[in-house]
Amino acid sequence: MKYMLLIHQGDTPTPRDPEAWARLSEEEQQAVFRDYQQVSSAPGVTPGGQLDDPATATTVRVQDGRTLTTDGPFVELKEAVGGYLFLEADDLDAAIELAAKIPAARLGGAIEVRPMVG
Amino acid sequence: MTAALEHVFRDQWGYVLAALIGFLGDFDLAEEAAQEAFAIAAERWQRDGAPDNPRAWLMTTARNRATDRIRRDRTLAAKRRLLEVPEATNDDMEEPTFKDERLELVFTCCHPALTTDAQVALTLRTLGGLTTPEIARAFLVSEKTMAQRLVRAKRKIKAAGIPFRVPPDHLLPDRIDAVLAVVYLIFNEGYSAPPERGELVTEALRLGRGLAELMPDEPEVQGLLALMLLLDARREARVRDGELVLLAEQDPAQWDPERIVEGRAALDRALALCGRGPYVVQAAIASLHASEPRDWAQIAALYGELARLTDSRVVELSRAVAIAEARGPEAGLEIVDRLDLGDYRYLHATRGELLRRLGRTAESRAAYERALALAGAGAERRLLERRLAEL
Repeated sequence: MKYMLLIHQGDTPTPRDPEAWARLSEEEQQAVFRDYQQVSSAPGVTPGGQLDDPATATTVRVQDGRTLTTDGPFVELKEAVGGYLFLEADDLDAAIELAAKIPAARLGGAIEVRPMVG
Repeated sequence: MTAALEHVFRDQWGYVLAALIGFLGDFDLAEEAAQEAFAIAAERWQRDGAPDNPRAWLMTTARNRATDRIRRDRTLAAKRRLLEVPEATNDDMEEPTFKDERLELVFTCCHPALTTDAQVALTLRTLGGLTTPEIARAFLVSEKTMAQRLVRAKRKIKAAGIPFRVPPDHLLPDRIDAVLAVVYLIFNEGYSAPPERGELVTEALRLGRGLAELMPDEPEVQGLLALMLLLDARREARVRDGELVLLAEQDPAQWDPERIVEGRAALDRALALCGRGPYVVQAAIASLHASEPRDWAQIAALYGELARLTDSRVVELSRAVAIAEARGPEAGLEIVDRLDLGDYRYLHATRGELLRRLGRTAESRAAYERALALAGAGAERRLLERRLAEL
């Protein structure tokens, strides 16, 4: 089975927001880096490219042939996808186990596990 | 169809379907094949009598049907898996060589990636063999809604890769909890209040017995079975002429002694396995409730244990009732008044009853009125109205 894991940061502190990031102890910060590295190098994982801040997103729509753009992501900032990876796993249980290891899952965000077709 | 035949069908459905899903790797295909086999059996067994080994007969027939179907429609994904399997012949009919995969099936149906509604519907459909209209009726939704719910759940299992297996040890405790929650929910839907939906109670007991047989070493599985049996033992006694009868006013002669014996045997097994979980404790309480005179001090102590396990204020309310019986209404009221359960109608009904016993009639009336304002229509409302009128 192939899955895409969409990482929603939610309230997760990231280095992009130094104030929030500073609320984590140095140990916790190290753990976040270490865990992301471990997830990226886990068997079956193809890491996604790094996404910039959702606030830098541009949302594009076409209405009556006109291209309309809005500043920001399609969903609320907090609900926006902050990162993603691909996973080849035996079944959903294996995908859930990997998702649970992604730091955002325990720090105020959530991981959406999406099966891919075919 | 004769009742005896129907009984055989009910007993075999979950087993046959589980084995077919394990074999075919596809819920829909398995269900269609099982349905065909059962339809052929209904016709043939009525004419020629049932075979010696109905399960093996149904399995072989269903498997052959599925093989035929796949041969006809080679685009089906399951074909590769199937064609590697030698074709079943008549010799197989006598040999029950099929693995019991009901446990795999129940864990798939109760996978936490499915909604509780879907878990319940799937479990009743696949293991219980209830039809979609039957499940829809039992849960008071339209057939269309229930059919969609089942289709969606089956599609998710397939698309998302929900495994068909007994979970590994590190996942097992959580998954067992999920399975037990589904079975108990089915039981409570049937048991909770009139109108009576006894078919759900029957189904929950069937599932509970099956799980107890499949997981004989899990104390909470035995505990849930014990709890359901001991509660069900009082089912007849708790409703009189469509009205709820309080436990204290029930006629013990109406309790079902066989259920009590079976329930206590399951409870003993759970205790022998050192079970101390919430279902075991609740079963122990239910067992004490089925003894005359009641040991209220012991019941209160067990509610205390249950409150500790579940951190539930509702359980604490039950403890207050037991304390009131053991040590008097004042002691019970003291606990009730500490509980932060503002709009919980049973809190106010309990307060009303304890205040009545203390002779504080005006306060009792106010509490009953509050409970009444929070109660829905039906038997419970009428019970409260009777209490209020008796003041």
